[in-house]
Amino acid sequence: MAFFFAQFLTGLANAAALFLVASGLSLIFGVTRIVNFAHGSFYMLGAFVGVTLMEFLPGAVGFWGAIVLTGLVVGLIAAVVEMVVLRPIYRAPELFQLVATFGVILVIQDLALMIWGAEDRLGPRAPGLRGVWRIFGEPVPKYDIILIAMTPFILFALWYLITRTRLGVLVRAATQDREMVGALGVNQAWLFTGVFALGSALAAWGGALQLPKGGADLLMDFNIIGAVFVVVVIGGMGSLPGAFIAAVLISVLNVFGVTYLPQSTLVLMFVVMAIVLIIRPYGLLGREEVAGEHGQVGAPETPIRPYGTRGRMVVTALLLVLAALPFVADQFLLILTIDILIFALFAASLHFILGSGGLVSFGHAAFFGGGAYAAALLVFHTDTPMELAFLFAPLAAGLLALGIGWFCIRLSGVYFAMLTLAFSQLVWSVAFQWRGLTRGDDGLINIWPAPWLNGPVTYYYFTLILAVGGILVLRHIIHAPFGYALRAGRDSPRQAEAMGIDVKRVQLVAFAIAGVMAGLAGGIFVFAKGSVFPTELEIAKSFDALIVVFLGGVKTLAGGVVGATFLSSVEHWLTRLEYWRLVLGLVIIAVVILMPEGIVGSLRSLWARVTGSKSEVSK
Amino acid sequence: MTLLRRTLLASAAALALTPAAAFAQDSIKVGEINHYKRMAAFAEPYKKGIELALKEINEDGGVLGKPLEFIFRDDQGDPAEAIKIAEELMTRDGTVMFTGSILSHVGLALSSFAAEKKYLYLASEPLADTLVWKSGNPYTFRLRASTWIQAAMLAEQAATTDAVKYATIAPNYAYGTEAVEAFKANLKMLKPEVEFVAEQWPALFNIDAGAEVQALERAKPDAIFNVTFGTDLAKFVREGGDRGLFDGRDVYGLLTGEPEYLEPLGDEAPEGWFVTGFPWYGFEDGIPGKIFVDAYVEETGETPKIGSVVGYMTAQSIAAAIEKAGATDTESLRMAFEGLDVENTPIGTLHYREIDNQSSLGAWVGTTAVEDGKGVMVNWEYKDPAAYTPSDEDVSAMRPAE
Amino acid sequence: MTEILRVENLKKSYDGFIAVNGVSFSVKQGELKALIGPNGAGKSTCFNMLMGQLRPTAGEVFLDGSRITGQKPREIWRRGVGRTFQITGTYQSMTVIENVQMALISHHRRLFSFGARAWRLYRDEAMDFLRTVDLQDQADRPCSVLAYGDLKRLELAIALCHRPRLLLMDEPTAGMAPQARIALMQLTADIVRDQGVSVLFTEHDMDVVFAHAHHIMVLNRGALIADGSAAEVRNNPKVQEVYLGGGTLFKEEAHA
Repeated sequence: MAFFFAQFLTGLANAAALFLVASGLSLIFGVTRIVNFAHGSFYMLGAFVGVTLMEFLPGAVGFWGAIVLTGLVVGLIAAVVEMVVLRPIYRAPELFQLVATFGVILVIQDLALMIWGAEDRLGPRAPGLRGVWRIFGEPVPKYDIILIAMTPFILFALWYLITRTRLGVLVRAATQDREMVGALGVNQAWLFTGVFALGSALAAWGGALQLPKGGADLLMDFNIIGAVFVVVVIGGMGSLPGAFIAAVLISVLNVFGVTYLPQSTLVLMFVVMAIVLIIRPYGLLGREEVAGEHGQVGAPETPIRPYGTRGRMVVTALLLVLAALPFVADQFLLILTIDILIFALFAASLHFILGSGGLVSFGHAAFFGGGAYAAALLVFHTDTPMELAFLFAPLAAGLLALGIGWFCIRLSGVYFAMLTLAFSQLVWSVAFQWRGLTRGDDGLINIWPAPWLNGPVTYYYFTLILAVGGILVLRHIIHAPFGYALRAGRDSPRQAEAMGIDVKRVQLVAFAIAGVMAGLAGGIFVFAKGSVFPTELEIAKSFDALIVVFLGGVKTLAGGVVGATFLSSVEHWLTRLEYWRLVLGLVIIAVVILMPEGIVGSLRSLWARVTGSKSEVSK
Repeated sequence: MTLLRRTLLASAAALALTPAAAFAQDSIKVGEINHYKRMAAFAEPYKKGIELALKEINEDGGVLGKPLEFIFRDDQGDPAEAIKIAEELMTRDGTVMFTGSILSHVGLALSSFAAEKKYLYLASEPLADTLVWKSGNPYTFRLRASTWIQAAMLAEQAATTDAVKYATIAPNYAYGTEAVEAFKANLKMLKPEVEFVAEQWPALFNIDAGAEVQALERAKPDAIFNVTFGTDLAKFVREGGDRGLFDGRDVYGLLTGEPEYLEPLGDEAPEGWFVTGFPWYGFEDGIPGKIFVDAYVEETGETPKIGSVVGYMTAQSIAAAIEKAGATDTESLRMAFEGLDVENTPIGTLHYREIDNQSSLGAWVGTTAVEDGKGVMVNWEYKDPAAYTPSDEDVSAMRPAE
Repeated sequence: MTEILRVENLKKSYDGFIAVNGVSFSVKQGELKALIGPNGAGKSTCFNMLMGQLRPTAGEVFLDGSRITGQKPREIWRRGVGRTFQITGTYQSMTVIENVQMALISHHRRLFSFGARAWRLYRDEAMDFLRTVDLQDQADRPCSVLAYGDLKRLELAIALCHRPRLLLMDEPTAGMAPQARIALMQLTADIVRDQGVSVLFTEHDMDVVFAHAHHIMVLNRGALIADGSAAEVRNNPKVQEVYLGGGTLFKEEAHA
């Protein structure tokens, strides 16, 4: 019993920092509707700034003073980030801002490396709080008790701020209805800046408070962001009490998971999130998201049309150039083009459900990696001929998408996104932990194409035909009745249902088609590289695709393909620089600010302005 | 506008931006692919080690009369990206071979790629046993002592104690599981009566240290085998120390004594653990290791890490192979690496075995202590890997037929 | 005249609040029937239950004698009930004619067709429907640039695509200029006459109601207080009590 209680206390202590960080994210999302991936970066900044301040400020006063100061410093940095990066793009399409926050992550990572160096910093101990107190004979670190004792005060302070102050009233009003705040005569821009700064300060306090238990290192940002999103989603986006309950739930379950199911450490929280979302589609204390309430801001999408004669001729000419590439290019350019084509098909498959269906998936890598693994497993374990194994890639990915989609389609918006993320993490953990089958992160190697295909030129043509074919098929479907039905369900689900369209069924089929195409890309990938590792199923892989779709332009048809080509090329060139993440981050931020409709969308608008033509359809 | 036109334009742009194939024959180039950003704390000292060796080699007249040059590229820790870079290095940048990677899975991807394309790969840092054994191939050579060998050294020490009940804690990925399996197998071989009462698997760099320590304590082991490193190690040591987990228990730490992990702990470094590591501070004047340490400190103004010495020996090995081959084509280099002897390395003469392409670099084992507010290894010794390596028959049986 | 829609004792309550309390009525073939009542009387709730957007707490809905209570909107649509919304729900990313074509694609059961080009399908047929509502000149404009009144008419065209026997129109003229209101209702009345469609609509504008509806029902606080011809409803004391504030309209009508 005493042991149980001690475990419970460990969980509560862990929940303290997690809740602080999560409450910040929840606040920011509730008011600004920004899915802020850079939140982990402010947590990391908090840890580094805290360590640095504690070196200057001695003693207990210095320690706690440094923590308070950390929040102020990081809050100030966040305010600048908000004003420079986010303020110009609030009117961009929904979720576009997450691309900008991704750029912020890259910039902060390299700046932190420049300023603090690569070596991990051990956090200073809280003065006078080293060692343990014994509770029912079990040792409990003193600092844990302090953290547990602080949590109710933090919760109370936040509650007071939200319910008893003018800022709180505004925050609540903005969370319920953004338009209303503007109507109340409040300067919305400053409210957003203030909330972003406050939310980031909370993350920084979380980072500083965990110092006596850990330290500061350059991987902290990615390591916490998953857990923070899980907590916020389980609690219900925008709900502070929900975030608190979820932080405690996750932390305590984790502690028991560690003891009784030690292998579960990688996926436990995602399993919990999936279960919660399947039972309660809006989290524990979240409320239903009304479609479009986040404002389909920005210009409405223009109707689509396939290319005219001129467009077709250009496409044909380009295909011919691509087909002629092996005669003029060196081997590496072929390899690079293969990579770009694979990525373009993968991005196009996500763009298909995201653009036409409005389904923002955070877990699309499950189908890319799933397809790659399906083919690789057959080759590795049963020596299946490459041709047969290859066919299995899109098939298995499609089936996987059908299964995962069946659960996810019932949800919408950010909750849909997070459930796809949870499932993709489950797929990842199977590949990672079922070592007997998949060899874990040692990966499946020596998966090379059949002899007749095994050469840069032949494999290039193989890739060209399939990737371009896949992209063209997707485009064709978008123009077909099914594609229209998918867009109808996105534009107005109510109207669609009232004209006999089974919106969820259409979405599920679209999800499966996207899965098939992602699996096809995965199949091409695995034989191009000769190996597959769980990295292909990681969250980062999903976000790569997501970012290029937004970067290219959600509300265009070529956005995914163009974005993928752009980012692959830029990244390929930049990674040879010393501080390439900084440059890449700045490039992404610049594109986002200068081209709020994405590359294709903004070029199109520019073209329309230059030529003075007002085309009402997009291609 | 069309997607394909843009695809092509961007590809053309990529082509234009890529430095034109640099086949200038004024230097011999070697590709070095690593996770410089993702694992900056480990990759930076490694790179500095290489740079030191290159400086010395080139001051000595280079190789085959030409300067030796490394092209450093960042793969973001992504195997697919690493393969792409390797291809570019070999076909466009004119590198004669490539080396690098800290993470084992990236090393395995590069190794498989090398075998398929018949390029030469020296796996400098990855520890996975399978790299030269079960997944071994003629085009992959490996410098560092593998997980099995280092775990066997710790198991040998463990077998001499009275401890019977062991608990293990290792990061939840291939390296962690492999290390635990190797320690178990070696210890059971030496002392069949041992039992393993708990196995903890925290997520890499995401340990819930309090919970892990409680779970270990609950199993009441006599001794603990630790594989965690980096920030996980720091948190584990803190929680374990505070909660008294290590009181009266033997602890064996794989890599725990390496400066990368021990130094950041400062005066909170664990005491009395039996570990593998790199006790550069204990090298006596006159031994080859000391000469390296002095040169490194002078060159970089920093103290060396294990990565520094690995990077240094990587460049030394490659230079020696090229000199021995007298040419830079892959087959000549591969033949040169087989049975290669590298003189004047920090451990004296380094040898690459013909049987499995593994080098003879061993490991330093000793006991941790805190001196002057810093964690150090005391009573350490350098151990040759030969005694801990499976028999030649076993190794040959494990390697795929060539 | 045969009865096309019959509603029996329909009821909807939320956490103790009763929005619709035991409403019963019927709509006959070829009838243009209005459902009026003050704000919050339960008109939209009633509509949403008829069309399947809301599930009734109690009561039954019959279409042509068969029970459709609690069925999904798309199933009710398949049975021949069209609907327009108080706030239009057209597809902003499509052209005007594509909105109609979309409905026709669904009508012809070709939603899961992957081969054809959607904008080529049923274009002539769609143009006929646009002509019915006088939108043929705007057929190829993006829906997003249409004036509000035009959107309302577009919705009407969409609702007609499945050759419904019953049209449910929620505030069809809300937000339109007076002249346009009359035009739209005249159009609706013509459709009722020419195609034998029955229409049930809710409306705020009493001019519209009394000028066009064959029969009028009055809903107040979730209960039906009147159901009859314009004259009967006008003279109903309960209705006059409810509409005390807005009674002027009635009087003018009475003198007309």
